Amino acid sequence: MSQNLSVNGEPKSDFGIMEEEKLSILKKIAAMQTFQILGILVVITAIFSALAPDSFATAFNLRNVVINVSIFAILGVGMTFVIITAGIDLSVGSVLVFSSVMACKAIQGMGGQGWGTTLVGTLVALVVATLWGAINGWLVAVAKVPAFIVTLGTSLAILGVSQIITGGIDLRGATDTLVNKIGFGNVYSQVPVLGIISLVVVVAGGVLLHKTHFGLTTYAVGSNAEACRRVGIKVNRHLILVYSLMGFTAGIAGILSLAMYQQTTIAGQSTTALTVVAGVVIGGTSLFGGYGSIFGTTVGLLIPIVLQAGFIIIGVVPFWQNVVVGVFLVAAVYVDTARREAADGGGKSLKKRSYKESISRKGNK
Amino acid sequence: MSYALEAREILRHYGHVEALRGCNFTVKAGEVTALIGDNGAGKSTLVRILSGTEQPNGGEILIEGKPVVFDSPAAARDAGIETVFQDLALCPHLNAVQNMYLGREVPRKGLMGKLGFMDYDAMRVGSEDAFRDLGATVRSLTANVGSMSGGQRQSIAVARSAAWASKVLFFDEPTAALGVVQKKNVLDLVRRVRDKGIGVVFISHSMPEVLDIADRVQVMRRGRTIADYKASETNLEELVGAMTGRLDEVNN
Repeated sequence: MSQNLSVNGEPKSDFGIMEEEKLSILKKIAAMQTFQILGILVVITAIFSALAPDSFATAFNLRNVVINVSIFAILGVGMTFVIITAGIDLSVGSVLVFSSVMACKAIQGMGGQGWGTTLVGTLVALVVATLWGAINGWLVAVAKVPAFIVTLGTSLAILGVSQIITGGIDLRGATDTLVNKIGFGNVYSQVPVLGIISLVVVVAGGVLLHKTHFGLTTYAVGSNAEACRRVGIKVNRHLILVYSLMGFTAGIAGILSLAMYQQTTIAGQSTTALTVVAGVVIGGTSLFGGYGSIFGTTVGLLIPIVLQAGFIIIGVVPFWQNVVVGVFLVAAVYVDTARREAADGGGKSLKKRSYKESISRKGNK
Repeated sequence: MSYALEAREILRHYGHVEALRGCNFTVKAGEVTALIGDNGAGKSTLVRILSGTEQPNGGEILIEGKPVVFDSPAAARDAGIETVFQDLALCPHLNAVQNMYLGREVPRKGLMGKLGFMDYDAMRVGSEDAFRDLGATVRSLTANVGSMSGGQRQSIAVARSAAWASKVLFFDEPTAALGVVQKKNVLDLVRRVRDKGIGVVFISHSMPEVLDIADRVQVMRRGRTIADYKASETNLEELVGAMTGRLDEVNN
């Protein structure tokens, strides 16, 4: 700011806006955390590359990692939004299953293996998944049932409905187009279509979260929902939209999963939600709401995938991946909690804090 | 002249409990009107009604002489009435500019705006103007509000309300949780808001503070305003007497 005028004759030093280069301590630590996670990913990759240069650092392995992370990364976009509102969605695995089951049903009903049938199947998957998301959102925002319970309940119910529809036997209804063009397809040489779709969703999600009014409102609702209500933001409507977005991404994941495995994965998604939540949290998004990033989530989801690929290649039992991710998860929440305490104000009662300040500090220097 | 805000014979009951029994209240532009009363006198109910959070069972609200109906907080805000809440109602993870424009973000022009992109520059300039206007203690526009001191956050909350209030600004016990220096800063802010020509309503339990800041003092008791003093012509004993009803007994 160039204007350094005094206000009402009072010196600028106490009143007014100072230079903006000074980031708050909170932001510095936050920026560091994302950086640290990226650093960990780089180190892991470097170690595996050094241990197994011929098999780990290859285009084939990279393609493998990208395909394995693509579905999780798409779910991670929706989950980041949900967790920033201080919510959680444990039903994503079941919504994924349900949407792929419904897509299969639609495809089988229509018949044919071409683009037309594929598009209808995709549309069905997206619509039913978004609707489930909206139901979750309504139960959380309007019925005021805790998100943990709502989504645990709907997770069981949705999986149950999927099992009833299919009799518990996976449907092999994926069209040839879906499997060949999307599931196994490459955009160019070794660049998989799945990876590109995932990248597009992640980038779009990042823009939506970090650059738009919708994203800002998401942060605001997670930071202080009551303050939002008082300034006239429709908090309930926004929460329903956020959970619907989560459902929508689960629908994309559902159709891509169908493309990848050529069939539904009814029994295969029981840990999906927890994996995604772990990735989001490791990526630095706060479970307490108001803070997080899509970039962090993507890095947080890459860590277990890279570990798994690396352990298999260097001959370590891949179950170690779970141990490492578990430790990272607890460490990430510890860092988040420590950060909140260091910054004091974030989310605590403002009144309580200003009282504490008033007895511990002289003035607001 | 007409009042910036006038409440006439406001009635409000909760079941059999009569919170407001024909309450009158007036606010003049460019004046600080203190609203005092013992606990349970009906201050909070009156403020909730005048800020649109609650609806009265009877009575009339007028803005500059014209009758209005506040069926929601948004309606009151649209009419130019803002409130600085005791807990400030800020989002700690957002910065000063984002809090300033919370719920009123400025969209970018054209297609980008329709897609939900915001005009950061306009909001930044608007915030700078608002803070400079009040001489508010805001050290950084980009730091999270949660990392700021209580005094700075108070400044942001006041500047936000003052910037959007075109008619009347309510302060609901703004100094209750503050230290001595911060209290003084808030009172300075209140004066600056008043000097902009806005009608300020100052609700407080601290009589010395009320006598210090207010131009007029209206006293509530048992759901009615029972006295309207010029602050320069009253004193602590008279105010406490009116609040507790001791004065009535003496007069009778």
